Amino acid sequence: MTKRSTWALPYAIFLVFFVALPLCLIIFYAFQDGAGNFTLDNFTKFFTDADAIGTFALSLEVAIENTAICILLGYPAAWILANKKLNKSAVTIVLFILPMWINALMRTLATAELFHMLGIQLGKGTLLIGMVYDYLPFMIYPIYNILNKMDKSYAEAAADLGATPWQVFWKVQVPLSMPGVISGVMMVFMPTVSTFAISEFLTNNKIKLFGTIIQENINSSMWNYGAALSLVMLVIIGITSLLQDNKKEDVSGGIV
Amino acid sequence: MKEHIIEFKNISKSFGDKCILNDVSLNVKKGEFLTILGPSGCGKTTLLRLLAGFGSPDSGEILINGENITDFPPHLRPVNTVFQRYALFPHLDVYENIAFGLKLQKMPTDAIDKRVRNVLKMVSLTDYEDRDVESLSGGQQQRVAIARAIANQPKVLLLDEPLAALDLKMRKDMQIELKEMHKKLGITFVYVTHDQEEALTLSDTIIVMNEGKIQQIGTPTDIYNEPQNAFVADFIGESNILNGKMIKDKLVEFVGHEFECVDEGFGENVDVDVVVRPEDIYIMNKVEGAQLTAKVKSCTFKGVHYEMFVDTDKGYELMIQDYNAFEPDSEVGLLIRPADIQVMHKERTCNTFEGEMVDETHVKFLYETFECLPQSGFAAGDKVKVEVAFSKIDLIDHPEDGMLSGDVYFLLYKGDHYHLTIMTDDGDHIWVDTNDIWDKGDLVGINIAPQDIKIVKCND
Amino acid sequence: MKRFFAQCYIWLLLIVLYAPIVFIAIFSFTESKVLGNWTGFSTKLYSNLFTGDMQGTGSLMLAIENTLIIALIAAIVSTVLGTIAAIGIHNMRGKTKQAITFMNNIPMLNPDIITGVSLFLLFVFLHISQGYATVVLAHITFCTPYVVLNVLPRLTQMNPNIYEAALDLGATPFQALRKVLLPLLKPGMISGFILAFTMSLDDFAVTFFTRGTIGLDTLSTYIYTDARKGGLTPELRPLITLMFVGILILLIVINIRNIRNSKKEE
Repeated sequence: MTKRSTWALPYAIFLVFFVALPLCLIIFYAFQDGAGNFTLDNFTKFFTDADAIGTFALSLEVAIENTAICILLGYPAAWILANKKLNKSAVTIVLFILPMWINALMRTLATAELFHMLGIQLGKGTLLIGMVYDYLPFMIYPIYNILNKMDKSYAEAAADLGATPWQVFWKVQVPLSMPGVISGVMMVFMPTVSTFAISEFLTNNKIKLFGTIIQENINSSMWNYGAALSLVMLVIIGITSLLQDNKKEDVSGGIV
Repeated sequence: MKEHIIEFKNISKSFGDKCILNDVSLNVKKGEFLTILGPSGCGKTTLLRLLAGFGSPDSGEILINGENITDFPPHLRPVNTVFQRYALFPHLDVYENIAFGLKLQKMPTDAIDKRVRNVLKMVSLTDYEDRDVESLSGGQQQRVAIARAIANQPKVLLLDEPLAALDLKMRKDMQIELKEMHKKLGITFVYVTHDQEEALTLSDTIIVMNEGKIQQIGTPTDIYNEPQNAFVADFIGESNILNGKMIKDKLVEFVGHEFECVDEGFGENVDVDVVVRPEDIYIMNKVEGAQLTAKVKSCTFKGVHYEMFVDTDKGYELMIQDYNAFEPDSEVGLLIRPADIQVMHKERTCNTFEGEMVDETHVKFLYETFECLPQSGFAAGDKVKVEVAFSKIDLIDHPEDGMLSGDVYFLLYKGDHYHLTIMTDDGDHIWVDTNDIWDKGDLVGINIAPQDIKIVKCND
Repeated sequence: MKRFFAQCYIWLLLIVLYAPIVFIAIFSFTESKVLGNWTGFSTKLYSNLFTGDMQGTGSLMLAIENTLIIALIAAIVSTVLGTIAAIGIHNMRGKTKQAITFMNNIPMLNPDIITGVSLFLLFVFLHISQGYATVVLAHITFCTPYVVLNVLPRLTQMNPNIYEAALDLGATPFQALRKVLLPLLKPGMISGFILAFTMSLDDFAVTFFTRGTIGLDTLSTYIYTDARKGGLTPELRPLITLMFVGILILLIVINIRNIRNSKKEE
């Protein structure tokens, strides 16, 4: 019986080889110069390069703004979708999930084309709107999921104890739906901060984001500097994922 | 020897540090209905699983029909199991579930067909062949699980708390059916339960287990009327369990009075446990002619009888069951017949721990160093035996304030105080007499005052 | 009244959200090179797409074929590897279990670009020339966790005695696996497979970093290269439209199936 735990062995080896080792290699390369000697130059280069720091700051700014807009637009939508009194149709829910299944590049290209058609100048504004287009469903879905599963009796209990509908919303439903919001933040913030192709399409290559710099360095064989930049991004991702505690809601459940 | 279909020989089994079965030996007669009874965690299910082949013992042997099957995989053993939560295959219908084992045996289709219909008839589920198992009620699923197990015609049928998930009414009905089925099939049943009433109703033989050890083996009547220790007495039925003293043969003292009894051979002035079943205490309005008097504290109607708690003249609380009600606050007289007094050896009279002297005033036991009164005649590092009276152990609410911490594992009411078994966080037992009220599972801190620690030289 | 405003909000959001795709779909039926310029109804873009007669360079059809083949291989391997792993993980205890579940979560939490860069560095480090094989391996890396995550709950929800019951009734461990365990894991394996397949189809970043320089294109990298050369090739309009319709149908089918299943359970 206990022998069956060895069935995980092939996958464990696979994980070590294709997940752990590659991540170690990012660190390994980040602290090396082209000749393979230990160095901190890659990081000094990044932190002293005003352009790189500027791009990094812009990436964070765009990611935070995008996440904030997605919460502001997405939370009410999720709340309405999960509220049986306000929304009876399952079709709207499917319509909000649907874009998550379509290739992000295609959606972005379509959005960029629309901007073209409407004669809107591509720039930071279109970048942000395009990002919201791309990631709004990823914010709505986890919040909807948690609101939908939430036991109605919490709200009823609060009302019974004298809370006004407004108080029920702010004091009970919002706090209880926080895990969904956090999942949403993870699903929106992380891809936004690390994106590269999307920003190129949405700004006609006018605005570079952090991901683009990583990609450019890797593609022009500046592996060590690219690895160092990746490590910086990994740190950002690591900090963000601390938001989420271990008891995370299963956000993937129900898509299929 | 031939008539023993199953033999367990010195079976021990641990999971990690926890010893689940401790040197268990047991024989099962062919064709009997044997019940293994005990509280959860007593090792009863583990014993059954070892018999079915799910896991192997750390030491010891299991024999079926004289053949050592200890290392046989489950599919080669002549036993089948009815699982606690049925474990029906949800992707198969009733027919396919029952035919599962037969198909594996490559039995011809028409023979399978016949066998399946036969067992379905036996569990009164004729015409349910094509039903989806998940569409069945709990009771029906239970029947399918039994049918599936007996379709393979095992030599022994193992039942792991099969009725636990059913409601009371259904459980009663199934008990009767199981008993009849046992008679009809004529095979050996090994039944595991924590429900003493179920065990008493169904079994030819009951094995009471606790903490990985067999406490008593006997017929239901034996187990009920002559419990061998306080655990069995408390676990089976309702009892008054009291501290007593055997004055001499056929004379025992408890609740502050001397009683005639039928027990002999304990010696003189020996501390014993005394068990009196609540229905064996005669209660009457008149006080003259009674062995002791008492005042009724409460009286509750229990359907057939009344259950009363009384305070005796010497301040002990007793539970009494009688067909007549006695008003609270009324004075009553009590009588106990000699044959209804069950005297048992005490398992222990005080806590004893193995310890080691640290210095003149400190001794280490239970992984902690305790302060004790200055000792002479011991050197640091000497191995000693530490004795602490049950009543001298101090329990406190906050585990972190105690020298040791643990939780209340088992409790007995002994008429005027509680006798608690505390399981320390390190897994040791400490027994405590107290007047405070604790509940099972309460977390407690444990302190022992220096003057209450008695140190004895080790014999060896 | 409240309901009216709520519905307005929802539909407004949906209209804005779907506007790009709707315009793409409309203008897939005209020959105009730029969106917004209607030059009369035509299905020429569709026929161009299928005959491969396109203004753009490179072969779109080949890219689609690559995408499908890679997704299929990655999804199959992930499903097998992930299912076996899930059974193993389910039978594990304590620290090792925690460690492997943690590692399993990493590819899901990591942004694509990190997965891509790290795998790129791995192949560089090991001097493995990059191409088809490395792309497939990379896809298996980020697909398998989803299979594990879909199969594992099936195992934890399963009555722990089910497998033992099969053994008890005379099945060998292999028979118990084939006749009982796998049929019960099938729904989890199927949803894991579908998820892995779509993940692979959608991937851009990981493919981009692991495809090497041999000119291997999947749909995503094809679109990327193509778009960088100057906007959306008109033939991509029918492609986007078709994929959109395809996924719409798939989702409707899945949802109908789900509703039916949940009704059956009731």
